[in-house]
Formats: sequence, structure tokens, C-alpha cells
Amino acid sequence: MRYLPKSPTDREAMLKAIGAKSIDDLFAPIPAEYRLNRDLKVPRQMAESEIVDWFRERSRENGDGQSIFLGAGAYYHYRPVIIDSLILRGEFLTAYTPYQAEISQGTLQSIFEFQTMISELTGMEVANASMYDGSTAAAEAVMMAVRLTGRRSVAVARSVHPEYREVLTTYAFHQGMALATVPFTGDGRLDLKALENAISSDTACVLIQSPNFFGTIEDAEALAEIAHRKGAMLVVSIAEAISLGIIEPPRSADVIAMEAQSLGVPLGFGGPYCGVIATREQYVRQMPGRLVGQTTDRSGKRGFVLTLATREQHIRREKATSNICTNQALIALMANIFMTVYGKIGLKELARQNLAKTAYATQQFGKHARVLFPGAPRFNEFVVQTNEDPYAINSRLLGHKIVGGLPLKKFYPELGHASLWCCTELSTRSAIDTAAGLVAESERSVRSAREETVEEVAR
Amino acid sequence: MKHMTRKATRHVSQNEGLIFEKSSPGKAAWKLPPLDVPEVDTNELLGPLERMHLGNMPEVSEIEIIRHFTRLSTWNYAIDLGMYPLGSCTMKYNPRVNEVVSRLDGLANGHPYQPEKISQGALRIIKTLSDCLLEITGMDAITLQPAAGAHGELTGLLLVRAYHDSKGVPRKKVLIPDSAHGTNPATAATVGYAVENLKSNASGMVDIAALEAQMNEEVAALMLTNPNTLGIFEREIHKIADILHAKGGLLYMDGANMNALVGKVRPGDFGVDVMHLNLHKTFSTPHGGGGPGSGPVAIKKVLEPFLPTPVLISKPDGTLGFDYDRPQSVGRVRAFYGNFGMFVRALAYILANGPDGLRQTTEDAVLNANYIRNGLEGPYDLPYASPSMHEVVFSDKLQAKKGVRTMDIAKRLIDYGFHPYTTAFPLIVPGALMIEPTESESKEELDLFVEAMKAIAEEVEDDAETVRTAPHSTRVARLDETAAARRPILRWKPTLKPEA
Repeated sequence: MRYLPKSPTDREAMLKAIGAKSIDDLFAPIPAEYRLNRDLKVPRQMAESEIVDWFRERSRENGDGQSIFLGAGAYYHYRPVIIDSLILRGEFLTAYTPYQAEISQGTLQSIFEFQTMISELTGMEVANASMYDGSTAAAEAVMMAVRLTGRRSVAVARSVHPEYREVLTTYAFHQGMALATVPFTGDGRLDLKALENAISSDTACVLIQSPNFFGTIEDAEALAEIAHRKGAMLVVSIAEAISLGIIEPPRSADVIAMEAQSLGVPLGFGGPYCGVIATREQYVRQMPGRLVGQTTDRSGKRGFVLTLATREQHIRREKATSNICTNQALIALMANIFMTVYGKIGLKELARQNLAKTAYATQQFGKHARVLFPGAPRFNEFVVQTNEDPYAINSRLLGHKIVGGLPLKKFYPELGHASLWCCTELSTRSAIDTAAGLVAESERSVRSAREETVEEVAR
Repeated sequence: MKHMTRKATRHVSQNEGLIFEKSSPGKAAWKLPPLDVPEVDTNELLGPLERMHLGNMPEVSEIEIIRHFTRLSTWNYAIDLGMYPLGSCTMKYNPRVNEVVSRLDGLANGHPYQPEKISQGALRIIKTLSDCLLEITGMDAITLQPAAGAHGELTGLLLVRAYHDSKGVPRKKVLIPDSAHGTNPATAATVGYAVENLKSNASGMVDIAALEAQMNEEVAALMLTNPNTLGIFEREIHKIADILHAKGGLLYMDGANMNALVGKVRPGDFGVDVMHLNLHKTFSTPHGGGGPGSGPVAIKKVLEPFLPTPVLISKPDGTLGFDYDRPQSVGRVRAFYGNFGMFVRALAYILANGPDGLRQTTEDAVLNANYIRNGLEGPYDLPYASPSMHEVVFSDKLQAKKGVRTMDIAKRLIDYGFHPYTTAFPLIVPGALMIEPTESESKEELDLFVEAMKAIAEEVEDDAETVRTAPHSTRVARLDETAAARRPILRWKPTLKPEA
């Protein structure tokens, strides 16, 4: 086996040194009746070239070269090439959690920079070293609010990513937390009156997403005011991090749970991504996940260490703030490099291009179909309502190498034939035109079919 | 230093500040293409929601970024540089073909919501990996959704809960041996269980009598790591399973140490009902400085109805798809389908090994641990004499007499060119040195390690101070962790000027 650095002679010499007759001696502690005396039924050992071929074949089956108009928590942005040049350095790729600070300063300093940039972008005071993803970060942020307030129930906006809400439901169920869902209005934003009614004296927090699942930007200030007035916290989930380049962050939030995938992380069929929690300094001891802090060594030299570990499972065991152990360090490093590349000006310009593409697309789609929630500002997603079932439209679009918007029937049946479209800086005008044109065609043919029916009835 | 360090030598490393300290207005590492749609008036679109300032985000050029991160990288120790014997972490070689195949366009750029019709490649990878992992574990069904080991534990215990709830008798407690990883009790608490500690016996294994006494109808499951964190295979595993099953409890296996078992024995065959795997340990996906992980959960048939949604299914027409209609499901534990990129890497590893390679890997891992045990028994105290599998746990009992503790020895090992072992864990061994070499070490590297550890043991006798104040060869000396925790500085601010 080519990964194993031992010759048969080495193995013999080592067995001899140990005083074992054969390798079987070392497996003697396993009761004989359970030992596997056959080969595992897995594919035979492959050459590297065969492995590459096998996956190339899978890659081809997975579609290649389509224009993607899908967002919904996973965004297709350009990834500067130096991200992979740098993260593939073995010293980053093949190190582990920086428990031994003296020989992990590279990882530790980069996490410290990540925490800093996330704090700057979110307008919060502190951020952690990363979490699994946006969905679990949102659930962990809610549990954090529960610990901080001592209250047990949660008001959740229906415009939060449906799968994030599902994850929260799973986490909340066995913690005995009650979830109340708050509806949205015709402008796509949270219903403020309904929110007022949904918050009780036992409500730990209000969980919203902004830009929300439909791309609409919530009025976080107003929502914070309502939540705070009733002693509840405001937890904001941000699934599209590029929005922070041009949208004012929800500074009055108490906790922000973010998905950093947009910051240089490949779509990768849903993962690995990079969650992160940011909050106010006063809440840091209830924040889950790893934290890196600055300190000094004996000679006063600046250095970085994992800190505030007394919150964590390896010290506190069943009393820890969370059971989380690993973070997403390598993915956080991708985000870190991405934020460094674009920086102060680039992130804004990038976000502006996203905004422009989306404004153009909504205009084009809006000419022949109905774009929902026109009343409030949006970032790079929008909901298009059609007469025809979006699945049917999408299957025609696929023939033109276009992956259309996400049909929403599964999550929001009340919106009828609606789908969620997304444009980023990578959406070309010609792809937008083609997609909008095909949707328009569908609208026209449904309309003319309907007119024919009307005529028939009239006759 | 009395002893020559044959492995390590000093080399010049570059100083480098924080990226914010290199920033100055007007530098840029980005260039966007010209916009092919009309420009927009952001004020008109966003009004007061428009962001004017991005705070202290950096402005630097591309070469500076390359140098910045390259310099930082050289301050890290890594598997690529040498042995990384962190017990329980399984720091094995991360094959580079894994990185190539996970970056193929159709996989890296696949959107999780793209139609199933153009997702067959990704689904085939999930299916093939699932089948392989089921064969390796001897279990009946699997979910790949959990994002890491602890997340797998959470999922596994949710399944346990759902199972007992479905019988109409929810149970209250989970038994956890005192040698367990900290995530086990933390997870049980997250799922709402009371944690009951189970004492180990003199051989470092589950005390059968204690288990019998503590097992009753209130106990939902036992969370067992096998081999346990001492690297010892629970010889009486069949009795353990029987005791649990007789009272209706389930056996949860923490698969952190699966690297000792693959191809030699299957948990499903020795009574395990539910277990998680760590693809970043046993199946070679990179640790990346602390993640991403991936923690599939494999189960016996009785737990299948409760699997998280969605569940991968084969359709009558031969294509693959997801089933979302699972009324008894515990729900979702993560958005989308899990850390897919890690599935690609783990499968590439399995394909590169085949059945013979996987078995040889396990044998070499166990051989390496025993070779180290043999080499260090004597200079170091071995608290439990039971046979070792893939890792061995010593204690600092002999060195403590000179005032040198496990962390000191660990730090001194850095000067000899090695990453330290896991210190002070498991908790049942005071001053533990937990060493897991994995299969990726050659005899030469192991010999160097044994030599270094013996040299340190001698130093403890002759010059304990050198060990106590180690490391002496790193960029920074031991850092003040107390100060870091007392007054946390968790981000850079413009007022924080660099020291040098």
C-alpha cells in the first residue's frame, strides 16, 4: 500500500523487538469470535490514475458548466486562486487544533485575524474561531441566548432558511425549548405586530435572518427595539456574508450567527462550510466554540493561544457551553484569505456588483412575471412567481445549461408557483437574459393557453 | 542540550506582523471585471441600510498576502513535517489525490439544491462511501449528515432518544466511563440526558460488576469508546452489550479509535447499536488546523426510522435521490447533506487502500503503538499493563519526582523536532502521556521518537530545569495563558501596537 512507509523487513524487525511472533499476537485482545477472517467487501485497491478517473466520471455526471441561479444558503462567488495555493500548504492543511501554541502560531494568528475581520464586518465586538456551518451556528446562538436570559422559548421568523429552522427544531426539541414562528408580510419582512404578540416573558430571543431567505433585508433596528423592550435578545443569522460589504450590519443584535461560505468557500454540494458566531464582549463566556486570544511569552513577545477553554467540553464535560470540539479552521482560513484579498474596498465593490446584477435581473424577470416582495430592499436573491410550475420551467432551462431558481412549494406552499432566484457577480447578462426570456415565454404560453380556454368557454 | 537532536535543526524563520499592520489605503489584491449590466444607485436601492464603512478591513497587495500566510504557515508543525503523535486524534498522512479529486469542477462547484438529474455524480459518491462504511463497521444504515465527531455523537444520541420515546418509555440517563472523551458527557447533556459516570477497573476497562449494578431501565445507553482512550480493547465487550440489551439499553460506540479496528473486527458484529466515525481521523481527511471534520453515524436496523432527513435512496429507475418523507425522523442536524467535500476525500482514501490496504493500515497502526510502548516502558511509567492497540498511555509518575510534569516533557519534545503527544488525558491517568503514532510513521521516525523520549527522561534526571522551561527552539516561548484568559484580547484594534 503506497501510503505505508514500511518494508516487510521493517515489520519483522519491529515484531521481533516487541517479542511478538506475528501481527496476530497484537490483535489477541479481540475475542476470536468477533475477528474478521475475510477481506472487507470494498472496491479493490486502485492506482492513483484510476481514482482520478473514477471521480472525473462522477464530476461529469454532476453537471458541469451550467449557469447557476441558485442561492438559498449556498452562493456561487468567484474564489481567488491564492486561496487554494495557500491552504494547500501542508503546514496549514495537515496540522491539528493548535493546542501546542509554540508550534501553532501560524494557525493561531490566522484565526485571530479571522476573528478580527468577522468582528469588523458584523459590527460586533468579538467573534469565535468558527463553527460547523450557518445552520448549526444559528441553533448554537439561540441556545446561547437561552443560557444568557434564563428564558426557555424562542420566536423564529418564518423567513429564516427553512433548513436552519429544521436544525433549530431538532436542537430545541430535547432541550424543552418552545419555538413560535413569526410570519412575514407582503414586503417580505417580518410582521412586527405578530412579533410583538409572539414575544412573552419567557422568550429568550428572536431569531431572524437578514438578508432573509427571500433576499429581503430586515429592519433589524426595529426588531431589536421590540425584542429588547420585552427583555428578549435579537439573534441575527446571516447566510450571505457578501451582503455585509454594502448593507449596514445589524449592530443592535445581541448575537450574530453567520455562514461564511460566500467568502471564498466552494459550493461543494453543501459542505464543508464555515459557521461563525459574533457577539458583544459581555456575553463571551457563554459563547460556544474555540477562541484565540493575544498574550505574551516570557520575554514579552506577542503570541496567540486558545483561550477561555473553561467554557469547553474537554474541561467542563457535561457542564460545557456546547459539545462542539472541532471548528472549521481550514475553511475559516479560506474565508480569512478571501477577506484579505478583497479587503476594505474590494468587498464593497464586490457587493455592489452583486446588487447591480440582481437589480438588472429583477427588472428583466419583472417584465413578464411577478417578482414578489417589492416593498423592501433586497440583496442578491428574489422570488419570482409564475403561472407554470417552476419545476417544469426549470427542466426547460436545464436544456439551455441554466439551473433555474429554487422552487419554493416544499417550504412555502402559500406562495404558489414561486421560486427563489439568486444572482452574484458571476451571473452574466446573457445568462440572465436567456433565463428571463424563457420564464417570459412560459408566462406568455400559459396566458395564451388560458385565453384560448376563455374563448372556448365564450363560444 | 546534552543529546543531539537527530531529527530537528534550527532554521531561519521570517517575522511577520498582523495583516492589519501591513495595510495602507490604495493597495489592493483584487480586480473585478467590468460590469455588463447597468450600474445602480445604491442609495436609491438601500437608503439608510447602505453601509458606508467597513471598519478596519485590510488593504494589501497579492504578494503581501502570499508572503503573509506563507510565513505564518512556517510557524506551524504539521504531519507533513513529521510524526504528530496526538493520542486519540489519529494524525495520519493526508493523501494529496484526495485534494485533487475534491476540487474537480462538477464536485467543487455543485450546488446542494441543483436538480437530482445533474447531481447523480455527487449522490453516487455518497452512496459508494455509505456502502463502504457500512461494510467496514458491520452496521445496517448510515447518515453522513453530521459535520464532525461531536456532531455525530449528538445525532447518535438523538436516535437513541427517539428509539426509547417510540417505545413509550423515555429514559433519563446515559452511562459514560470515566476514561471517555469530554464530548461524550457534553453531548449527553445537550440531548437532555443526565450523565452517570462509570468507573474503570484496575485493567483500565469497564468494570463489569459496576456496569451491572448501575444498569437499569432508566439508562438509555452506554457511550463506549473501543478501543478505549487508554488504547485498550474492551475484552468483555460481548458481556457489556448483553448487560445493556438485557435491560433494554443501547450500546453507543464512539468511533474515535476506529483506526485500530478497520478490516480486523466490526463493531456491528460485537453488539454495537449506534456509532459515529470521524472521517478526519480514520479516513485521512485533513485536520486543517482544527477542522473541518465529518462524523457519519452508523446504526442497526432498529434505529433506521429515526435517521435525520433527508435519507439517500435508490429509485426504481436506478437513479439516486433523497427521501424527505420520514415521519419518525429526529429531524435535521445540519443544512444540506453534510460535509460533502470530506466524503470525497474519505472515499478516495478507501479506494486507494482497498481491503488489503485497509487491513495493513490497521495492523501497522497497532504495530507502531506497540513498538513505542516497548521502547519507552521503563523510562516511563505504564499505569495499565493491558495490551495496547493503536495508542499507548504512559504517566509522568517517574518524572514528577523531579518536579517535571507531562506538559513539560511534551514541550521538550518540540525541541527534539516532534509534535507533542496528548497531555493530561485520559483523566483517569494522572499526568498522562497519550501517544498515537498511526500507521504513517516509518521505523526510522519511530526510532527517533523513542530516542528523543529517552533522552528527555535522562534530562529530567540531570537537568530538570531545561525540561521544565522548554521549548527552547521555538519562535515564542511558553505563552502566558492565564493573562490571556483573565483579560481576553480576542481581536486586533488600531490602538494595539505591535511589540516588536
